Amino acid sequence: MLSDTERRELEDAVKHYPDKRGATIDALLTIQRRRGWISDDTLLEIAQFLEITVEDVDSVATFYNLIFRKPVGRHVAFVCDSISCWIKGCEQVQEQINTLYNADLGQTSPDGRLTVLPIACLGQCERAPALMIDQDVYGDVTPEKIEQIVEKYK
Amino acid sequence: MERPLTQHIHPDGTTRTLREYVKTGGYRCLQRLSSGLAPKDLQRLVTDAGLRGRGGGGFLTGTKWSFVPMGADAPKPKYIVANGDEMEPGTFKDRVLMEGDPHGLVEGMILAGYAIDAEVGYIFLRGEYHLSAQRLTEAIAEAYAAGYLGKPLPGTGFRFDLHLHASAGRYICGEETALINALEGKRAVPRAKPPFPQTVGLWGKPTVVQNVETLYNVPHIVNQGSDWYHRLSRTQDGGTKIYGISGRVVNPGWWELPLGTTAREVLERYAGGMADGVRFRGLLPGGISTAFMTEEHLDLPLDFSSIPPEVGRLGTATMIVLDDHTCPVGFVLNLEKFFARESCGWCTPCREGLPWVVRILMSFEEGRATKDDLSLLEMHAKWLAPGHTFCGLAPGAMAPLQSALKYFHDDFEQHISTHGCPWSKKSSQQRILV
Ligand SMILES: Cc1cc2nc3c(=O)[nH]c(=O)nc-3n(C[C@H](O)[C@H](O)[C@H](O)COP(=O)(O)O)c2cc1C
Ligand code: SF4
Ligand code: FES
Repeated sequence: MLSDTERRELEDAVKHYPDKRGATIDALLTIQRRRGWISDDTLLEIAQFLEITVEDVDSVATFYNLIFRKPVGRHVAFVCDSISCWIKGCEQVQEQINTLYNADLGQTSPDGRLTVLPIACLGQCERAPALMIDQDVYGDVTPEKIEQIVEKYK
Repeated sequence: MERPLTQHIHPDGTTRTLREYVKTGGYRCLQRLSSGLAPKDLQRLVTDAGLRGRGGGGFLTGTKWSFVPMGADAPKPKYIVANGDEMEPGTFKDRVLMEGDPHGLVEGMILAGYAIDAEVGYIFLRGEYHLSAQRLTEAIAEAYAAGYLGKPLPGTGFRFDLHLHASAGRYICGEETALINALEGKRAVPRAKPPFPQTVGLWGKPTVVQNVETLYNVPHIVNQGSDWYHRLSRTQDGGTKIYGISGRVVNPGWWELPLGTTAREVLERYAGGMADGVRFRGLLPGGISTAFMTEEHLDLPLDFSSIPPEVGRLGTATMIVLDDHTCPVGFVLNLEKFFARESCGWCTPCREGLPWVVRILMSFEEGRATKDDLSLLEMHAKWLAPGHTFCGLAPGAMAPLQSALKYFHDDFEQHISTHGCPWSKKSSQQRILV
């Protein structure tokens, strides 16, 4: 069941569109912020709220890089693997994360702290390689800096 | 040198508030609307200025607006959409503007909305731009509170509402018809054209989709006129352009410069040349959907009309440099991996062809490639050329591939003859995660 707060947030979101369905992404993002990921049950609740089918919601949910249809760790590290970051050594960054936290691309560290995902160009190419943890962006990342950066994400 | 778009942006990365924006002339041109500048006049002004779309296509903005049905019988509501999806690898110019001076976009949207008589606007922002989202949200709230949004502009009867739509990360959403599906809450695959969005767009209504940087130009054109705007540039296209550079150069970054600045100037004068110990081999002039340029092209004016089609096109003008310590085949593999992953899957040649291209390029890196693979790559460049796929993603993917096969042919050959990558950092990074 949508909580009262969730329902209020969704009611605000649909106001921006002439058709409720326009708020599908807003709804998915809003609920995911609270629940961490989008389960089948969540899909149904969103579908009912927007008065569209579950399939409609899922066809959107499965399309986007930032909607999680599986549980993720307490934090998500997105490692940019596009060209400017590749030139500047993003794979060493990713390998260092794996070494330190035991989470390869697509995996969550055993302590549930960090999920590591590849991501397309973060628009920070002038300070490549770039890394985003949750909503925070880091540029000019080196393997040596990783531990210090990840430190604050418990 | 004038830098109308970026001169006031704070070097320390903080944003500009409404008060600061107004102090430097912001929102001043809305008074011109109140004093009688009609929508058609505004369209003509922008046409005369020679403003061309900064999203990569370079289409004339005023001309695009002129396709929108106007007058009392026109369908209502009409929409103006700012395309802030900016997921083209190597591209970061719209972020610079939105983070640094969010009110410029709000004002550009109001003016563009007025020009086509659209009462509602959306800013379509890529999901990863959290800082832009925060600053635009604040700017929109400030503009509402000040009465620039949500209230009729004095003397015009024109009232404009503006919403921010944060997306959730998918490159194809930048394609304007996919973007429209995304805004409607549908799976973001492109739509067939015609009908074009200018007549049948969002929820079936006339819609203009315009790149963020394009919209930032509009207030300045209104304030200072089309002659001034032409004088900003060195070529027949009007205005300045945000040029950017990344890769192994001394000083990667961005600069607002006259349209028609050459790649050599950006590389040598602004970026300080190649980094220590590496040499220039080529560059993609504007994002990864553009063809390679090499030494012989460095003195071409970078604008929308001076680059011969057989050489390529400007794209977003944020260039990516290939150096001699980086494998050109590995470079192109990285690009194609991006395209294969981001293909929306709607049409078969792109959905099946791009992963195939990735597999072939992998075989070069892993030392399994033969001459046949080289011709297979050449064939893909033809099969996925413009006209063979539903939208521009796949043809965009072929631009760097085809030009790499031309300029770096020897490197491809060498991968075949030496059974592997001569640069051979491990190729572990090239694992495909599609
Ligand atoms: C695959 C693909 C991705 C695109 N991504 C963007 C984008 O992120 N931002 C953008 O402004 N235009 C993008 N475009 C171009 C848009 O379709 C459209 O032409 C542009 O937003 C029009 O604005 P303009 O005339 O101001 O350049 C993309 C096109 C394609 C084919
Ligand atoms: S070319 Fe690719 S991205 Fe474009 S519609 Fe076809 S499958 Fe989708
Ligand atoms: S390529 Fe990594 S931020 Fe642009």
